[in-house]
Amino acid sequence: MQRPRSHRPLALPEAFLRQCLVLAIVASTGCAMLPNVSSNPKTTPPPAIERFGLGRSATPQEIEAWDIDVMPDGTGLPPGEGAVVTGAAIYAAQCARCHGESGTEGPFDRIAGRLAGDAFPFAEDPTIKKTVGNYWPYATTLFDYTRRAMPLDRPGSLSDDEVYAVTAYVLFLNELIPENATLDAASLPGIEMPARDRFIDDDRRGGEEIK
Amino acid sequence: MTRNNSTEGKSGDRDECGNATLTRRGMLSAILGAAGAGLAVTAQASSDPVVDASIPADPTRVPGAGTSALGVRSQFARPERKAAFGVISGTPLQDLHGTITPADLHFERHHGGIPMIDPQNHALLIHGLVERPLRFEIPDLLRFPAVTRTCFIECSGNLRINAGPKTTPQDLCGLTSQSEWTGVALSTLLREAGVSTKARWLLAEGSDAAVLSRSIPIEKALDDAFVAYAQNGEPLRPAQGYPIRLILPGFEGNTHVKWLRRIDVADRPFMTREETAKYTEPLRGGRARRFSFTMDARSVITTPTYPVQLERGWHEIRGLAWSGRGRIVRVEVSTDGGTNWQDARLVGPSLPTAHTRFGLPWNWKGGGAELCSRATDETGYVQPTRGALIEARGPGALPYHLNPIVSWLVEADGRVLYKSEPWS
Repeated sequence: MQRPRSHRPLALPEAFLRQCLVLAIVASTGCAMLPNVSSNPKTTPPPAIERFGLGRSATPQEIEAWDIDVMPDGTGLPPGEGAVVTGAAIYAAQCARCHGESGTEGPFDRIAGRLAGDAFPFAEDPTIKKTVGNYWPYATTLFDYTRRAMPLDRPGSLSDDEVYAVTAYVLFLNELIPENATLDAASLPGIEMPARDRFIDDDRRGGEEIK
Repeated sequence: MTRNNSTEGKSGDRDECGNATLTRRGMLSAILGAAGAGLAVTAQASSDPVVDASIPADPTRVPGAGTSALGVRSQFARPERKAAFGVISGTPLQDLHGTITPADLHFERHHGGIPMIDPQNHALLIHGLVERPLRFEIPDLLRFPAVTRTCFIECSGNLRINAGPKTTPQDLCGLTSQSEWTGVALSTLLREAGVSTKARWLLAEGSDAAVLSRSIPIEKALDDAFVAYAQNGEPLRPAQGYPIRLILPGFEGNTHVKWLRRIDVADRPFMTREETAKYTEPLRGGRARRFSFTMDARSVITTPTYPVQLERGWHEIRGLAWSGRGRIVRVEVSTDGGTNWQDARLVGPSLPTAHTRFGLPWNWKGGGAELCSRATDETGYVQPTRGALIEARGPGALPYHLNPIVSWLVEADGRVLYKSEPWS
């Protein structure tokens, strides 16, 4: 017979002890069933379930609150508009300290600048900086990214009109639209970016070839 | 001060992790001031004589420590990530064994910081080209049949270009890590929503400050993609996407969208910033490659490497090999810079899209040597040289998907250094 380890009243809460008791019963019941299991190795395959019916319908409001993606053809662009001149002030206040006054000075990503003849010599010369004007294939991406992630310290703080305006200003810095331009959902997708046709889909497939 | 420390030494024996250490730091910082807390930790790790005194000369003559709620590493072996720029930290490949990366040493790369997410306020929306737009909360996801898979995640920018001789594997290519991930198959969730036959792509979007988003081909989504809620048996770490992240075995790291909140099913890609301005590779002929998801086969020796000081005699040259296209079938090792190759032993299982450990016993008899490894995957792809990559893509094709054979130089005095070679 085991000697009680302590004469002190038990400090464990009664609920916990009851739980232990339940677990002990479950464990012993499980053990008692084991011989049956081992004497009958047949198992049934898991049921083929078309749908589990978990989760619930997403409401249009829930989708609208999060659905911020924008496609190159303009799908997803919100109402609103912004002019280059409006964007200049927003850029100076919110963007210039990271990207430089004219989009070329840094300290972070250089976002403005074109190459002579809109050349695309990046594979030959690693020192050339990739900018919106010389590398980004779609103007809509600039709106999408600015709206979701910029400015770095206050992401999501710009209104849609402000995002249109600052997008317009950055495109102006890249000499893609004139200084008097205003952008909206209709005009932004129509801006043809110099690098649009430079991109090819991945064709690496393994095997012997190095690509 | 002495009294405080000796008290701590004793309680530290019993509670290896938390309270004693915290109390001790608290006391020290109270004495040294707030800025002293960091100093106290350093002192404890290196030269604190009181901690040393708590180490018995003969552990068989002293009762050992009791149990604790959370384990900690031995104070004598504490591999650490190395952080850079606040947005990247690399796994200490040279300090680890086997193939699983401890969750707290998994590399980190984020684009807007690590968000703090209360799972009760988190949900996954699936909408777009589906019959039934759905919203899943975390408990919903836990009720689906679980899938578990061990695979690597590697950042596509995982090579330090023009690294100098004093470079460790961690510094060179520590942005690859491996875990056993558990979650629910994305195909299961998409079936719940009823994907349209027009679906070709989907957008995966995170709930971080970058609201990071990537377009994923529907073929991958319906093949082996899954939404993970656990890593190495426990809930995801915040830095790894808590409460849920996407896992796309073999694909480049940024597509394994962390803090996943939304999947928008579409008939074409979205052309987000991370698949146009970034994570595309310039190619010769005025082109750039996009949607280059799969990580090509690669290997790296993890020991002996810098900063090892080698002694003569037998060692095992060890390393990791992996491929995003399937299994590693062969790893060769050279001790003369690639003139002669020997087959290394693959240690343990060679799982598809997984770090595979290799080893080759080596008797160093002194003198110079150049150690390098070369992986072959089941498609027959052989890890290329730096020159072959530059030849195929151009010298400016930086910084993604670079998987060259790399070398470690053993000097005559036993020092081991990275063989630094300019990229172009």
